[in-house]
Amino acid sequence: MTPDAIAAAHAVVKDFGDTRALDGLDLAVAPGELVGLLGPNGAGKSTLISLLVGLRRPDAGRVTLFGGDPRDAAHRRLLGMTPQETGLPHTLRVGEVLDFVSRHYADPLSAGEVLERFGLTGLERRQTGGLSGGQKRRLAVALAFAGRPRLVVLDEPTTGLDVDGRRTLWDGVREFHAEGGTVLLTSHYLEEIEALAGRVVVVDRGRVLADGPMDEIRGRVAVSRVSLRSPVAPPLAGTLHSVRDGDRWELHTPDADALVRALVHADLPFTDLQVRPASLEEAFVSLTGSPA
Amino acid sequence: MTTSASLTRLHWRYLLLENVRIPIGIVSAAAFPALSLLFFVVPFDYGAEQETAAVVGLTVFAVMSSFLFTFGVGVADDREKSWDPYLRTLPAPAWPRIAGRILSGATFALVAIVPVIVVGALFTAATTTVPRLALGIVALLVAGLPFLLGGLAIGYSLPVKAALPVTQLIFFPVAFAGGLLLPPMLFPGWLEAVSVVTPARGARDLVVWAVLGTPPSTVALVVLAAWIVLTAGLAVWGYRRDEGRRFR
Repeated sequence: MTPDAIAAAHAVVKDFGDTRALDGLDLAVAPGELVGLLGPNGAGKSTLISLLVGLRRPDAGRVTLFGGDPRDAAHRRLLGMTPQETGLPHTLRVGEVLDFVSRHYADPLSAGEVLERFGLTGLERRQTGGLSGGQKRRLAVALAFAGRPRLVVLDEPTTGLDVDGRRTLWDGVREFHAEGGTVLLTSHYLEEIEALAGRVVVVDRGRVLADGPMDEIRGRVAVSRVSLRSPVAPPLAGTLHSVRDGDRWELHTPDADALVRALVHADLPFTDLQVRPASLEEAFVSLTGSPA
Repeated sequence: MTTSASLTRLHWRYLLLENVRIPIGIVSAAAFPALSLLFFVVPFDYGAEQETAAVVGLTVFAVMSSFLFTFGVGVADDREKSWDPYLRTLPAPAWPRIAGRILSGATFALVAIVPVIVVGALFTAATTTVPRLALGIVALLVAGLPFLLGGLAIGYSLPVKAALPVTQLIFFPVAFAGGLLLPPMLFPGWLEAVSVVTPARGARDLVVWAVLGTPPSTVALVVLAAWIVLTAGLAVWGYRRDEGRRFR
């Protein structure tokens, strides 16, 4: 385990009944990193987060936050986390919720600063129950930054936000990171991870499938899906994965242009050619060699 | 670094604020006992002792309803909201939240007894001395324990949809059988037998003892103590079970 990691999981196992949510997972987040956890729904991302922020304990292995057990409140002094926006106490005003959360921290940001950074200025007096969905989401994310944390954990931060709201949030996250803050972000949107993260960790079925710089992972995950009908086998050079169903072929390739060129070159009697970007789930098939 | 005491005060303050903004629960808990007194005692003349006992019965009723609903329904409601697990990621242990909740419940219970005491003092023959009144309020806190703990037990073990009807189902029959609405001396023998095994009867007798000096039924007090132990056990069991499920 990296000794100076801000948050780390070492050989962590977590079961829920018969389901293994985490299966010997390793992860270390170093100070100043902006790490994106990428994986399909049910991959184990949220379970991993719940262990790192002290909500649950691992069945096996070890989890540390700032060098100690995250279940001990003292180790959460510099952690900022986001509630689900549906859970905000609806009778409290925006300023009150912010004040309440800030007072748990030794050296919080001023309310004005937090509100401004997340585009909430002017809403202090509004009860959270009366905010729009996007405003609630922004307030929820803002709360993660209110305590002037060194590590911010964002679990699916922009789900359900419009483009503008997403940009505002991304800007807030980037600003925090630029000032030296560490961020651990989960998303099942490749786009979101691409926009923010320097390092990407791909998780599936409770294990780390890939861990590396954004550019490298994008090459492995940004896959095109080419499907066609052909009585004979198409050229498979350069494809990551192929499935045949009668005369129907489905090919995953990082370079669809080259594949189509090869098809034409081979003078294959193909019909019904379709090319589209693979979804994240389909891309995992390429990474793992089996359905996600 | 924020201290535990100041965190408890913080949670207390914000729980009060959160609930004061939906005053219907607080108002109804406070209004019902005062109105009962106004309709069923004020127009008649039962004599100072009987009327004082009636006021006492209704204050116990107010505390009982306040505790059962704040803790039973309130805690069950909390557990279903994602705000509660979020609070556990803040740099604070779990107990300032629980302490804050207990303090806010006690605050609302105190608010609930004010109208009935005021109506009793102004419009009935009920009378007491300041030390006896103070003693009565202390006795009320003890008498309220089985309802506070029973409420927590319900809140931690049932979902809101079940907690609300279960609380309602328990509340009224127990309050009536405990002699909080009608004086137990009017009860027929069988009801008296039921009455002494309810926590409400011991609670009433304890506070009547503090305020009026009327010696309580020993059985009722022993039963009250047993209920406190039992509900405390159930509350701890419910809390642990909930912890094990949600934060295992």
